[in-house]
Formats: sequence, structure tokens, C-alpha cells
Amino acid sequence: MSRYLARRLLFAVPTLLAISLIVFALLDLAPSDPTAQLPLTIPPETRQAIRESLGLGQPFHVRYVKWLQQFMVNEPLNLLESLSGIEIGDSAGRLRVRSWSTRAPVVDLIAQRLPQTLTVVGISYIVAIFIAVPVGVYSAYRQYSVFDQMGTFVTMVGFSVPTFFTGTVLIVIFSVWLDWLPSIYDTTHRVTDVESFLYQLRQMVMPVMVIALFNAAQLGRFTRSAALENLNQDYVRTARAKGLTEPKVLLIHVLRNSLIPVVTVISLGVPATFAGAIITEQIFRINGIGQLLIGAIEGGDIPTVQTVTFIFAVLIVVFNLVADVLYGVLDPRIRYD
Amino acid sequence: MTDDSAGRTATTADGPRRRSSPPSVWREFRRHKGAVAGAAVFSVMTLAVLLGATVYGVDPQYLDYLTRNQGMSLAHPLGTDNLGRDMLARVLAGGQISLAVGVTAMVLALTLGTFVGVVAGFFRRFDGPLMRFTDLFLALPVLPLLLVGIMLFRDPLRAALGPEAGIFILVVAVIGLTNWMQTARVVRGEVLAVKEREFVLAARSVGAAPRRIILSHVLPNALNPIIVAATLGIANAIIIESSLSFLGLGFPSDFATWGRLLFDGVPFLEIAPARVLWPGLAISLTVLSVNYMGDGLRDALDPRVRRH
Repeated sequence: MSRYLARRLLFAVPTLLAISLIVFALLDLAPSDPTAQLPLTIPPETRQAIRESLGLGQPFHVRYVKWLQQFMVNEPLNLLESLSGIEIGDSAGRLRVRSWSTRAPVVDLIAQRLPQTLTVVGISYIVAIFIAVPVGVYSAYRQYSVFDQMGTFVTMVGFSVPTFFTGTVLIVIFSVWLDWLPSIYDTTHRVTDVESFLYQLRQMVMPVMVIALFNAAQLGRFTRSAALENLNQDYVRTARAKGLTEPKVLLIHVLRNSLIPVVTVISLGVPATFAGAIITEQIFRINGIGQLLIGAIEGGDIPTVQTVTFIFAVLIVVFNLVADVLYGVLDPRIRYD
Repeated sequence: MTDDSAGRTATTADGPRRRSSPPSVWREFRRHKGAVAGAAVFSVMTLAVLLGATVYGVDPQYLDYLTRNQGMSLAHPLGTDNLGRDMLARVLAGGQISLAVGVTAMVLALTLGTFVGVVAGFFRRFDGPLMRFTDLFLALPVLPLLLVGIMLFRDPLRAALGPEAGIFILVVAVIGLTNWMQTARVVRGEVLAVKEREFVLAARSVGAAPRRIILSHVLPNALNPIIVAATLGIANAIIIESSLSFLGLGFPSDFATWGRLLFDGVPFLEIAPARVLWPGLAISLTVLSVNYMGDGLRDALDPRVRRH
């Protein structure tokens, strides 16, 4: 197991390097100019000097290696420093990846936006799991029943209807017609008492449910087929034959075994859920990571786009690894050598 | 990277298999009620979009400032937008682009995926590198890269090929280039299983060239997963295109797809909520029917999951 893990970790490093090169190279082709939004009165020489101060005069490979060093070495060191409070080396002199439009370090921008995205995406993913697992297992247990057919239809609709449509329909119904829920997610809202907590709940209902329903549909289909596979196994017949009650058969034997593949799919789905938040944040005007990315793309802010895109790639590689390891830990039948 | 379930089942799918003949596939397909309903809805949608614009005969670009933001009426069955353009005509015209993007992007992704899959599965030399390459692509963050790709190449391509052709080729290309990986893995698995069968050995022993073996022996026998991937690929491409348009980075407003129509309707949610409803319903119905068709095809083409 540990040898397998070491090998997978070793393979993850070149993958990440290759992705970082692709992301960097693709964005380097960009025709956008960081000085485009500055006043027209700035003379061309000054403009050129500003470009060079942003590091644009140097050849491609120098900029790539510098970006890599800033992202892989400098920023983690800064993070460590702010967490532990101990100064490591020359922290003021370390170069940081800076946004072209705000001039702030990109990592700080991301740290400001991350909590909003994490709350909405995290809660909705948990809600999705709590909807999908019981529905999927019960659907499989009562295969071809009315509940199963309804469930299969609803999950099919759930993953066919795009989130931007469910989101706008929910806004039309609950904000425009009924006027129950706010259509814009206010991230400056602070929870101080019961009333403000209730407001926070109300503004979170729609974004959370939109993401949760979409994910629950995919997870539910998968749980159902995993449970179906287990229900026909010999050990289920044995459990029934020795007189276990149906709840015990279902909840102790079938559920636990069906969850093995489901857990890996849950882990594999995390990066896609974050990427999907780009769209949901746009619908409900949540100023999270997704909106940072869209804003940076529209404003031609290359360093921010590079960093956010690369973080999405890191998420994919990490959660793939987590899924593989979890599969081995949960299922002792899996052998890795 | 982790094996997806489709790839896993495909690689273990060796052993004797009955070739599914077209009539038996059709019989199986007809048993799947959802698939039949899906096929019917999809045919109706396609026909409506292809013929509807000519039958209905209203210019989707005709501006009429006197009838802005209207609801449903006899003159405008689906109402009008904020510039007085007829919504039914716009939805029909948008559907042509949406479906064209879906089908073209699917064909591109499928061609790429099948090519990579066949080469990797048939020639052992290329298997390792090509599959590592596929894994690398699977680890790319697709949605951010799509947005970046559109941002980078939109203006040059529109300048070179004209506003409409430029954006069409760009959207189709970025969707096709980022969605071929699943097909490649499934096809590779299928090719690996087929190429060990006796008839391939027989063809090899009479001296058939690899090209001939692939085209007339391996590919026809690996067709089933390709057909399923093709169906689901259309749905996927339509969803991605409308997401891009919804983020404002797809088609422009004067050349609007269903996704763009929905995006344009969002600021008018309070005045004319129906404006987002129609294009959204069109996307959802199309994708739902295509997904049902894909499900039915998968069941009908795969003898292992047939209910007897």
C-alpha cells in the first residue's frame, strides 16, 4: 500500500508539472495587455517600463520557472508563516504572484474568496450525499417499484437539466413570484443573532439546493447500481437465511458494501463540483472563486487566471489520488502490486 | 488516474459474445420505454428546429419597438424580448445553432477519441504514451480552460473567419478537444478485447495490413460503445455550449443559441420570466431525451445487461 502510494505520488508530480506548463503556455499566448486599462495619457516609454516591471520583458522559460517558484515555494512559505507566526527567511523580499488588475498577491485574493465558495459548495455536497445515498439504496431495494421508477426519472431529469436553468427557475418562483428568498447571495452578511442567522439560511437555500440536486442525481444513480449489484450477492442470501431482519440486512450488510464505490465517486466528484460552482456563483452573484476567475478572464488578468486554473488542476489530481487510496483502504480485496 | 467504471467493464469484456444484430437491437431498444420516448421527443425537437423556422416564417432579427417584453399572444406565441423580437422565431433559430454545435462537437470528440483509442489498443508501442497523454487530459480543469480558450482565440478567429463562422469553429473545437478522453479509453478497452479474437488472428495470418484489419475487422466489432458515446456526447456538448453562452463567453447575442437566449433573458427575470423559460426548457428537453436514448442504446447494444 505505501509503495503504491509512493508511486502514485511520484506520478502526480510530473502530471502537475505538465499541467502547469500547459496552463502557463496557453495563457502566455494571450494578446491581452496588462497596461490596457491604464489612462491613455501615459507615454509609451512609461508603458513599456510598467510592462517590464511586471516581468513581461523576459523570455518564456525564465518567466515560467519564476512563476513556478513563486507558486510552489514562495506562497506555501508565506502560508506557513501566517499560520505559525514564525518568520521564515526573508519574507518581505520574496516575490509573489500578483494580480495585474488589483496589484494584490493572487493568493490573498483567493483566500478572500475561498470561504464563500467553500461554504456553499461544501454544504451542498453534503446535502447531496444525504439525499443520494438513502434514495439510491431504497430504489435498488425496491427495484421496478413506483418509488424506484419515480426516483430514476427524477435523477435523470436532475442531471439532464443544467444548473443555470434550475437556478433561474428557482429565482423566478421563489424570489420573483413568491418573494420568499433573496435572489442575490450577500457575502457581507454577518451572523450575529437569530434573525441574521435565519437570513443567512434563507439566502443559502437556493444556491445550495441547485448544486445539491444536480450532484444528488449523479450520486443517486451510482448508489442505486452499486446497491443493486450487492443485493444479488450470496452474502445477502446468507444473511437472510440466518434470520437477520431486513433493516439489518440492508443497513449493515448491503449499505456498507455499496458505499465502497460510492465513496470513491464522491471523492472524484469534488473537483467537478468546484468547477460547477463557477456557473452557480454567476447565477446567484456569489463572489467566490468562480466569480474571481470569470472577472479575471474578462479583465485579461493573466496571473489570476493562471493561478486559479492551476488550483483547479491540483484539486483534480489530489482528489483522484484520494479516491484511489480510499478504495484500497475501504476494500481489502483490492491489491495494489 | 482512476479507472472509470465504463473503462473497467470494457476491458473485462472478453470471452464469447453474441454479436448483436440490428433487428434484435431494435427489439431491445423498443422495450426501453424511456428510450423510445426520448427518441420521439428528440426527433420532434430536431424536426421542429430544422423545418420550424421556414414554416413559421418570422424573421428572428426583426425589431419591433412597439411590442417589447410581451407575454404569450396569438401574434407572438412565446412573447417578445426587450427589443421586440419574436421569441418563438429566436428559439427556433437558436436551436439550429445549438444542435449543430452539439452534433459537430460530438463528431470531432468521437473522431479524436476513436483514433487515440484504436491506436493505443492496437499498437502496443503507442499504448503507454497515449494512455498517459489521455490521463493528463483527464486531469485538466476543463471548464476554466474552455473559458480561457474562448477568451484567447475569440477575437483572432472572428477577425479571420467572420463573426459567425469564427465563433462556431472555436466553440466546436474547444468542446471537441476537451471531451474525447472517455471515448478513447472505452474504445481502447474494446479494441484490446477484439484484437485477441480468432478472426483477427486469421486476417493477420493471411497477411492483411494493420490498416485493413483495423478498418474492416476491429472497428466494426468495437462499434457499440462508440454509438453510445456518440449519443451521450451530443447531450454533453449541448450542455457545455449553453454553459459557455450562459457565462457570456459563447455565442454573441445577434447569433444566439439557446444558452445565450437564456443568458440574455436573466436581466429581465422580473418583467418577463417566460423569456428564460422557453430556451431553458428546450435545452433541458433535448438533453433529457438524448440521455434517455443513450441509456436505451447502452442496454440494447450490450448483451451482458439484457433482461431475458
